[in-house]
Amino acid sequence: MSKLAASEKVFERVSRAMLDKLQQEAATRPDDLTSDAVAELPGSLFRLAEHDTADEERTGFSHYSYWGSTVRMFLKNRMAVFTLSVVLAIVLFTLIQPLLPGQIDPNLIHNNPETGLQIINRPPDSTFWFGTNAIGQDLWARIWSGTRTSLMIGLTVALTQAVIGILIGMLWGYVRRLDFLFTEIYNILDNIPTTILLILASYVMRPSVKTIIMAMAVTGWIGLARFIRNLVLIIRDQDFNIASRCLGTGLRRVIMRNLLPQMVSVIMLRMALAIPGAIGSEVFLTYIGLGVPIETPSLGNLINAGRILMMSPSLRYQLIFPAVVLSVLTICFYLTGNAFADAADPKNHR
Amino acid sequence: MLLYCIKRLLRSLVSLCLIIIVVFCLLRLMPIEGYFPQFDKMTPLQVENGLRKLGLTDPLPVQLFNFFKQLVHGDLGTSTRYRQNTAVMKIISQKAPFSLKFGLIAVGASIPLGLGLGVLMARRKSGFWDRIGTGYIVLMQAMPAAIYYLFLQLYGTQALHISLLYNPDKIETMLLPLVSLAMPSIAYFAMWMRRYTVDEANRDYIKLARMKGVPSMAIWFKHVFRNAVVPIVQLIPTSVLLTLAGSIYVESLYSIPGMGGLMVDVIKRQDNTMVQGLVIVFAVLSIVGLLLGDILMALVDPRISLTKKQEAR
Repeated sequence: MSKLAASEKVFERVSRAMLDKLQQEAATRPDDLTSDAVAELPGSLFRLAEHDTADEERTGFSHYSYWGSTVRMFLKNRMAVFTLSVVLAIVLFTLIQPLLPGQIDPNLIHNNPETGLQIINRPPDSTFWFGTNAIGQDLWARIWSGTRTSLMIGLTVALTQAVIGILIGMLWGYVRRLDFLFTEIYNILDNIPTTILLILASYVMRPSVKTIIMAMAVTGWIGLARFIRNLVLIIRDQDFNIASRCLGTGLRRVIMRNLLPQMVSVIMLRMALAIPGAIGSEVFLTYIGLGVPIETPSLGNLINAGRILMMSPSLRYQLIFPAVVLSVLTICFYLTGNAFADAADPKNHR
Repeated sequence: MLLYCIKRLLRSLVSLCLIIIVVFCLLRLMPIEGYFPQFDKMTPLQVENGLRKLGLTDPLPVQLFNFFKQLVHGDLGTSTRYRQNTAVMKIISQKAPFSLKFGLIAVGASIPLGLGLGVLMARRKSGFWDRIGTGYIVLMQAMPAAIYYLFLQLYGTQALHISLLYNPDKIETMLLPLVSLAMPSIAYFAMWMRRYTVDEANRDYIKLARMKGVPSMAIWFKHVFRNAVVPIVQLIPTSVLLTLAGSIYVESLYSIPGMGGLMVDVIKRQDNTMVQGLVIVFAVLSIVGLLLGDILMALVDPRISLTKKQEAR
């Protein structure tokens, strides 16, 4: 501490001495050319510039547009365009699949018309494209219905997380007086096991898709808020923001105009990763027995049902089909999100 | 330094108390039916007696006060439903060694492997290793852990002709759980190491060193690695300490009697004292882990001073 103060003092002395010397020199040293010498220069050295109407119109305007550059950078990445189309294709397909002709209700139990017995564990064939499960339901219908559920959970959770997390993170990072309070709250919330909240939520509301979304949204924003807070701390004290504050910009405008645009790329990345994350947590919740009830197919309970049967090789398709759909979906979301975040970072715009 | 640690621990003690109070109150909101497996067949009097036995009939502040009084004596209480009348500490100390054994080996292996992979990836951007590593990291990060754990168990045990479950007498059954535990953490360390190494390798002083003709190996080990590893060092104590918590997937898939499913299990059975005990243990671990991480970082990088950091912000 004292060492630092001493060296600061030395530095100050040296810099003052240097400044004095420079000023002295400037006062005593003659200029290269006095004004008389300039007047004596021959006129042939100079030429009048011609009047250019086009030049008159030209200004310092650059054709840079943030979102335009972002889209262009994104489209340049062929891998990302591919993964984005896969994501879009899956999302569209899950939406239109129930409207296609010849689709089967995911909860319908199929009986063999001759024997009257349920068609259980039928391997994939022309009627049941992905086979049937242990109680005779069509796996094709269940997988797409499950994908719809999982996607809905993922999107809703990511969106609510983003709204709450960004709002609280901004306040936490920007308003110094709140920092201590929020840090304390964070420490507490971060240490409460999510399972307790989930069980309480399902006790209050009954296990359903809504309960899971609620429980995940209630706990999910905490990490994002802390992340945003750290970003705000970095940006807050940068010169442009200090200047803006000195000019009397209001808190709301500072947050909306100065801070938020700087963070678009990272926020988008977190959002894009929150979707596969939420889909993954749904699988986890089902695994520990707190998932969506079995009447609502979801990728989580399909995989869980498949896991129980995985020891017999002939039934393994019941695990592999949902697992493949889930992996393709989450990986494509992840890659698209990463590529978009790269494209949205102004540092990568040329 | 010592003063800083003490101050910080005291502050953490306050948060710890608040955590305990919040969890304690949340647990008291749990449905009464949950405490008794045969609730439907019980008379109101039996329910009343059962609740009194669990100490749930007192008003909340009294319960809380009693619990804290117990805590001050260093007693986490006894399990009420998970394993009746067994001390919480005893249950933890029976289960923890399994989780620690697997977790420590896995973390011990994944730190050098992850850091090595990260540096290898960063040395030649978009080279062979970078592509392989990025693919691996994407797989580990994007795919839900359940899927690759399941397939690893399914095909791994088949390929190696070993039994599906963990058997303490057969050392080869430890292999797959260890691989499962190490895979995601290798990806985690490699991802951060690559990021920090790339950042560090593009610094001006590295360019200067290269121009001066410092040998490439010296640049990588003395400058780039040394500086890039500083932020990673901070993560290490937490990941070592939290191995005690175990992994719910790995331990249940291979039926290892560790800590993995314990928290979920006791919450579901509404064993309040167990839940409180575990919350306290895990909260203490994460607080200590963060502190140790900061201290370790300050030791590795002499430019970082913990006591100054507070004022600088």
